[in-house]
Amino acid sequence: MKVTRRQFFKVCSAGLGGSSIAMMGFSPTAALAEVRTFKLARATETRNICPYCSVSCGVLIYTTGDRSKNTPGEIIHIEGDPDNPVNRGTLCPKGAGLRDMVQSKDRLKWPEVREAGSNEWKRISWNEAIERIAKHMKADRDKNFVAQNKDGVTVNRWPTLGALASSAASNEAGYLTVKFLRALGVTQLDTQARI
Amino acid sequence: MALQSLDIKQRSATTTPSPQARQTVEIAKLIDVSACIGCKACQVACMEWNDVRDEVGSCAGVYDNPMDLTENSWTVMRYSEVEQNGKLEWLIRKDGCMHCTDPGCLKACPAPGAIIQYSNGIVDFHQENCIGCGYCVTGCPFNVPRISKKDNKAYKCTLCSDRVAVNQAPACAKACPTGAIQFGSKEDMKDYAATRVADLKERGYDKAGLYDPQGVGGTHVMYVLHHADKPALYSNLPENPGVSPMVSLWKGAAKPIAAAALGLVALSSLFHYVMKGPNEVSKEIEKEVEKEDAQ
Repeated sequence: MKVTRRQFFKVCSAGLGGSSIAMMGFSPTAALAEVRTFKLARATETRNICPYCSVSCGVLIYTTGDRSKNTPGEIIHIEGDPDNPVNRGTLCPKGAGLRDMVQSKDRLKWPEVREAGSNEWKRISWNEAIERIAKHMKADRDKNFVAQNKDGVTVNRWPTLGALASSAASNEAGYLTVKFLRALGVTQLDTQARI
Repeated sequence: MALQSLDIKQRSATTTPSPQARQTVEIAKLIDVSACIGCKACQVACMEWNDVRDEVGSCAGVYDNPMDLTENSWTVMRYSEVEQNGKLEWLIRKDGCMHCTDPGCLKACPAPGAIIQYSNGIVDFHQENCIGCGYCVTGCPFNVPRISKKDNKAYKCTLCSDRVAVNQAPACAKACPTGAIQFGSKEDMKDYAATRVADLKERGYDKAGLYDPQGVGGTHVMYVLHHADKPALYSNLPENPGVSPMVSLWKGAAKPIAAAALGLVALSSLFHYVMKGPNEVSKEIEKEVEKEDAQ
């Protein structure tokens, strides 16, 4: 680029003039100072329980949209539930980062099976998974069920299966879980909320 | 929404004063170092709320991770192992912007409206006005702002100004599971700090105290320290921070003088132009020079 002496002076004086005008308060963009808008405004708030440990902290999950038919919500934020007596709004570092676990690209989203002798996980349908689990359970129960103990007392035990219920289960879901498992004869029964 | 609840106290590089009539509650965050277990829930909650994610770094053999503040990590835990009274002490300090009453960053900033101080005490960066010069980094007595390599703009803790604007506590304060981070009016935080200091003194920390350095006019992030007489123990927390004299001089006394000199130059060149006119070269001399060049 070739700049003549005259052009150089023109550019300099224009620059000087412009910056002087800006300095005197005639800035072309009167920038409006505004904080970032509150990102949870009108987001859908859903209560849940943190799935990590037995403390079972209450969390609030914020999703986009208002649950209307055509707008599937996306989680935009998770924070502690102040009304939950366990944590009263606080969370540990794992709980505070819950959203990244929910939306992790490595998260398991469907049932997979590794067949005996295979070293690969194969995706299967939920129906198929439930059926396979039911068949395994039935076979195991038929094999190991203890109807009476050695004194001849009816006990109806299924000692070879243990069950672990979710920490996010409500009282009602917990009641049903116990009812169902006890009916099968399960004695080793626990919940993630207690471990 | 935000402007209704947040009044501006001062803007960077702006000489027109902001409206001062309304008084809003002065807020503060109190970090009780003696109650901190260093779990980093605040670090995670900060990133979660502010939609920033730092790169997964590498372990440097200490608990510090990341090792320093970055444009994505606006708060980091700093762990220091010190020996006090013949005992090993593990002092954990949550580092980040202190939200000074007299902010050095704002004073040093040349971009109008890039740094704003609200009347509630929050010092906030507005990246759309930031020119990425880095003067805020030089002006900060706590070495907090960081310039992003991606967009060349300065970032730091906002004290969750968007949450505070709707009367919510900052994400870090809400998450803290031990209650080491408290948030409320500055007055309430000082009262609470006093009870904590009294408790620490009872437990043998004679020099326990509140860190609210007056060199920067007080801060809106305060610490309860067990060794308030030696803040340097806590990963080099400055003992008496203040705005650098260079920044004060440059933006204080030197600025009007420079402005006057600049104005004088512009004015005198105008007079020179009017009185002497443009400097013209006569045709004869021009021809002569051309001849010489041709040879």
